[in-house]
Amino acid sequence: MSKSKSNTLKLKFDSARKLAPALENTSAAKINTQYNLFINGKFEKPLSKKYFDTINPATEAKLSEVALANAADVDKAVKAARTAYEKVWGKMPGKERAKYIFRIARMIQERAREFAIIETLDGGKPIRESRDFDVPTAANHFFYYAGWADKLEYAFPNRKVKPLGVAGQIIPWNFPLLMAAWKIAPALATGNTVVLKPAENTPLTALKLAEIMQEAELPPGVVNILTGAGQTGAAIVNHPDINKIAFTGSTEVGKLIQQSIAGTGKKATLELGGKAANIIFDDAPLDEAVEGVINGIFFNQGHVCCAGSRLYVQESVYEQVIQKLKDRLETLIVGNPLDKNTDIGAINSKEQLDTIHNYLKIGEREGAEMYQSKAPLPSKGFYCRPTIFTNVAQSNRIAQEEIFGPVLAVLSFRTDDEAIEKANNSPYGLSAGVWTDKGSKIFNMTSKLRSGVVWANTFNQFDPVSPFGGYKESGYGREGGLHGLGGYVEVG
Amino acid sequence: MMDRIATMPFWEPVRIDKVGVEERASRFTKRSIKKETKLNGLLLTLNMIDLTTLEGKDSEGKVKQMCYKAAHLHDAYPGLPTVAAVCVYPSMVALAKKSVADSGIKVASVATAFPSGQSSLAIKLAETKFAVEEGADEIDMVISRGRFLQGDYNYVYDEIAAVKEACGAARLKVILETGELVTYDKVRRASDIAIHAGADFIKTSTGKISPAATMPITLVMLNAIRDHYYKTGKMVGMKPAGGISKSKLALHYLVMLNEVLGEDWMNNQWFRFGASSLANDVLMQLAKEQTGVYQSKDYFSVD
Repeated sequence: MSKSKSNTLKLKFDSARKLAPALENTSAAKINTQYNLFINGKFEKPLSKKYFDTINPATEAKLSEVALANAADVDKAVKAARTAYEKVWGKMPGKERAKYIFRIARMIQERAREFAIIETLDGGKPIRESRDFDVPTAANHFFYYAGWADKLEYAFPNRKVKPLGVAGQIIPWNFPLLMAAWKIAPALATGNTVVLKPAENTPLTALKLAEIMQEAELPPGVVNILTGAGQTGAAIVNHPDINKIAFTGSTEVGKLIQQSIAGTGKKATLELGGKAANIIFDDAPLDEAVEGVINGIFFNQGHVCCAGSRLYVQESVYEQVIQKLKDRLETLIVGNPLDKNTDIGAINSKEQLDTIHNYLKIGEREGAEMYQSKAPLPSKGFYCRPTIFTNVAQSNRIAQEEIFGPVLAVLSFRTDDEAIEKANNSPYGLSAGVWTDKGSKIFNMTSKLRSGVVWANTFNQFDPVSPFGGYKESGYGREGGLHGLGGYVEVG
Repeated sequence: MMDRIATMPFWEPVRIDKVGVEERASRFTKRSIKKETKLNGLLLTLNMIDLTTLEGKDSEGKVKQMCYKAAHLHDAYPGLPTVAAVCVYPSMVALAKKSVADSGIKVASVATAFPSGQSSLAIKLAETKFAVEEGADEIDMVISRGRFLQGDYNYVYDEIAAVKEACGAARLKVILETGELVTYDKVRRASDIAIHAGADFIKTSTGKISPAATMPITLVMLNAIRDHYYKTGKMVGMKPAGGISKSKLALHYLVMLNEVLGEDWMNNQWFRFGASSLANDVLMQLAKEQTGVYQSKDYFSVD
């Protein structure tokens, strides 16, 4: 196709973005002006006497203030969890534990709308995603692990399993409720008790979950939820009476945690960063592949550890794929996360937005070509247009480092071996995607890609039944499925 | 002949992933269409309808009434557009042409042994010419599904090209009858053949076979149109037909059209709904937007 011709062949999508507002009604979501720490079944004032604000990243308005837990608060929570483990939860028959977990799952479903709205308000993700993905998937996790509670002997045939004790769990801001579910559900099913710290930026749905724990009459101390920042997390990691650390977050913090617990006998599962490769072969269903790539990188503003942030396209379909990607980009609606039509919501925080902008500058400096959609952005709040970099080299930082934003780096390849080599050429190994019509090629690729998850002709599919976790700097241990139980039991 | 083949790479079929295309199609239905967007969408829908009657029992009276309704959808609501076209059998074309007069409404005629297409090429061409001579502005032909499923793609291609020639100035809509092609891969292949053979529109169904139009099938066809546009810069129209009887569904189709092909296609020159009962549902919705309450269907004429 000649250059002059491609100019006249532009499809026009201005009207696709101009839909009348369809705002979710927020009256179902009750947010208190202040939240305390959830310790031993009660909301208690922090011993630190300190609170911090949590804001709506879409408007920068304050939503509420939450307690800041210090080391003394952590100690109080761990003691409550230890007592609950020894007196009640650790001894309770699996069948009885299951009833509580099922109850929690059902109550999340009953209050799904409220959870979805608060998740969107606090984190900036589109209401379509919190409503259709985060909340239902969180409920599913509780349902799934509730089912395992009385069947552990079948999960580990001919072995004796027992719980570890008290689990300290630290979760990130990208999927606040879902990550809480991923952590709490398997811990409870296996008979452990929990001290959980939600991310500093997004504590509200975890606190709402604490309300559910109360309403479900879960025995006091089984689940404790402490809000706070990095120091609170450090106090949990370093507490001597914790048996297990489950962490999801950055590779940098993951390494610190590993150093801190070295030699303590604490078990750990770490789910860290990623720089997933999505590989499109020339025999792939291209329109569906492009759609998968779009969802792979722009889902949740790209704040996904397994986001498909590197795209490898086979040379012969490269031009076509780029054109389709750009056209699809133009139809994405960036804006108020509460609008049901929003595809890309607000970036979670000012700091994250600065990080992303910095990478955009780096990409341009490295000589990559940047393409951004022409979507208008709201004047207030933290927003970033969906961005594609072409003409990227494997050695570029935008192709190597995790950006954690709506930024895609596109590279091309010629042979299957080259695709495998380039895809594996990363310090990370969390997920990958393969797009081809040929079944045998899928099996060849999946056996050679060093990633915890490989999706074929789809991307970002999550199911409680399927394990999730990384290779290399993406961490170790698996969450979800049968494998997810293994992180919370001692197998005798 | 060789030259023509060289520009049509049928040897490299476009692959469609069933799960992916259905997921994408359902995503359009998540768009929430409100207020002025809804109102504009409803008016646009009316203006894109091919008001259709294709029964053996069609009477002159019925065709006349339908043509009147095409121009006067609901006179109680001032300022409504007319529909795009009326669609009838060849024997009714002259009457329809007279009835729509100078309203600007087009007369479309089915032809080529509609709906099965089980006849000889000579008869199909003669029927097409008859409809055009009677005054049809548009011809809705059916492809030979039997030949297509046999793998005789050249026959299907040549037949469409011949009918196109017989159409003269009339625009040609090519009905794939996707309900008989079954898989998305085949729908895509038939779309490519029809487009390359000269179709001005590609159309899903006759309305006589179930399933008729669905959103994923329409999406596959829209993607074929888009790929052709990418390659050649030529626009081809799309007409889903059959099974679209509710305004909400019609609005979802418009969302899909807008996001796949863009605003150049958002008019009745390039997009049509083949439907008989959709108009009244849209009218009910419009009346509701105006008055705030739904009215009984008895307040809307059935023609």
